[in-house]
Amino acid sequence: MSIEQKREPILKGRNLVKRYGKVVALDHCDFDLYPGEILAVIGDNGAGKSTLIKALSGAVIPDEGEVYLEGKQVHFHSPNDARHAGIETVYQTLAMSPALSITDNMFMGRELRKPGFRGKWLRQLDRAGMEKFARDKLNDLGLMTIQNINQAVETLSGGQRQGVAVARAAAFGSKVIILDEPTAALGVKESRRVLELILDVKSRGIPIILISHNMPHVFELADRVHVHRLGQRLCVIDPKNHSMSDAVAFMTGAKEPETEFEAA
Amino acid sequence: MPTDTDHYESSVRERRAETVAEFKSHKAGPLQRVQHALHVTPALVPLIVLLVSIIVFGLLLGSRFFSPFALTLILQQVQIVGIVAAAQSLVILTAGIDLSVGAIMVLSSVVMGQFTFRYGIPAPVAVACGLAVGTACGFVNGWLVSVMRLPPFIVTLGSWQIFLATNYLYSANETIRAQEIEAAAPILQLFGAKFQIGGAVFTVGVVFMIALIVVLGWTLRQTAWGRHVYAVGDDAEAAQLSGVNVKRTLISVYMLSGLICAFAGWALIGRIGSVSPTSGYDANIESITAVVIGGISLFGGRGSIMGSLFGALIVGVFSLGLRLLGADAQWTYFFIGVLIIAAVAVDQWIRKVSA
Repeated sequence: MSIEQKREPILKGRNLVKRYGKVVALDHCDFDLYPGEILAVIGDNGAGKSTLIKALSGAVIPDEGEVYLEGKQVHFHSPNDARHAGIETVYQTLAMSPALSITDNMFMGRELRKPGFRGKWLRQLDRAGMEKFARDKLNDLGLMTIQNINQAVETLSGGQRQGVAVARAAAFGSKVIILDEPTAALGVKESRRVLELILDVKSRGIPIILISHNMPHVFELADRVHVHRLGQRLCVIDPKNHSMSDAVAFMTGAKEPETEFEAA
Repeated sequence: MPTDTDHYESSVRERRAETVAEFKSHKAGPLQRVQHALHVTPALVPLIVLLVSIIVFGLLLGSRFFSPFALTLILQQVQIVGIVAAAQSLVILTAGIDLSVGAIMVLSSVVMGQFTFRYGIPAPVAVACGLAVGTACGFVNGWLVSVMRLPPFIVTLGSWQIFLATNYLYSANETIRAQEIEAAAPILQLFGAKFQIGGAVFTVGVVFMIALIVVLGWTLRQTAWGRHVYAVGDDAEAAQLSGVNVKRTLISVYMLSGLICAFAGWALIGRIGSVSPTSGYDANIESITAVVIGGISLFGGRGSIMGSLFGALIVGVFSLGLRLLGADAQWTYFFIGVLIIAAVAVDQWIRKVSA
């Protein structure tokens, strides 16, 4: 922990508050993500995990509090702002257009145009360039069993779709990648593949925030586990020193964290 | 104690087959291959229906139907619907619907005519004003749909009445006669200008319709804007999260639709010669018919704009063919009705495969 305190968090939230009418979804919540780590965020339903993540990724604007990226305060007004700052989010719904191709989906909202007259004046897309990039990225992550980069996303299996979504995030997320329940909708084999993918992305040095309900997956991947309860960070635990039942006990309030934990 | 993450997954980890992310194409039967082809090129069905119907009527009617003159006559008869259907296609691709297309068209044509003859504005300027009015009508629709988040059906059901009433109130129900236009402002009838190639007769309106479809088809396929139109229609929320400016895309689509309808209004003057506030009142239903028969999904995000041209042509082929056969005009509506239902059934079938 002493090492962590010396390191500067790459993404930091302080005193974040978000109210929905009378419901306080975030109650002066803090958050720290350090470079190169996988930080899991766990919490019971309604604990405010999603709101926390949305506040960090620009999908929700917090009522109070500050978000810092690499030590500098940032104000995200939309997911696009966060994306431009280098924070990519893979939503649980994956946010893909099923009828469009893998390439189209990977470049949605940030398409490449052809150089010269055709790109500048006719605004023609550089399809060949985008296809090559998409193929390279999928290759990098060992997803090249996907044969045709132009096949519609709806023709892919759940695991493949998740793979494409993670590849999209890894391709463009230069600073932070947020994964929301990446294995929730997948079978055992597909989950396994996606977990390996996540570790692969981590090995490239990009820090990852992993939101998951699946304790075995959390304990297998995470370097630290942020336990969220009642709109606050209850504690951050090291999965090597705690059991899954401890984590679940903290999460549900059955057990209070001891003082030696990094309490919120 | 992460060790008690136990080993129920180890069998998967060690002994799995590496086939998870593989594209498994289990023996595609001929039917599935057809389904796949349709999924990739949705304009194929209407194209086949169009060709088959031309051949059938050609066999039944011989050279009365199967002549350059008759076939280009069909083009002339569908030019207005074809242009409006292009506008309708754009809106339907975004999972919307525009019931006000006919009203925008008539209102724009009335503005072009009245500005020229009531205020004595030079005809080209009046045309530009008409095009601007059409675009503005589209903007109102688009703003209500995207910013106010009202359902497109309701918005355009309302604006249809509003634009149409405005059209009657403003024009005082007055028709500008063809002779007057011909003498004073022939540019208003520009789209009606004819030229012949062999026995085939084309009008500027027909050429415009085809060029419009080609340009829109290219734009939808080759530009980011075009991809965004599909993405918004497919899943607006996903598009928003992926970084598409959904509001701007929607407003631009409705504005472009309004502009195209205004061009259709200009073409309408060329087609009927006069400026009449009572013309083209059923263009909305006809355009939706063409779009649906053309294989564009009413649920948005699927289909190609070529299809809407084919859809319009199918309607044209049926109405001319049946008329030449001496059949009651109601048979046209009968068969169009069958085609609409068949087209939607095919759309559902195509969607089923893909999942």
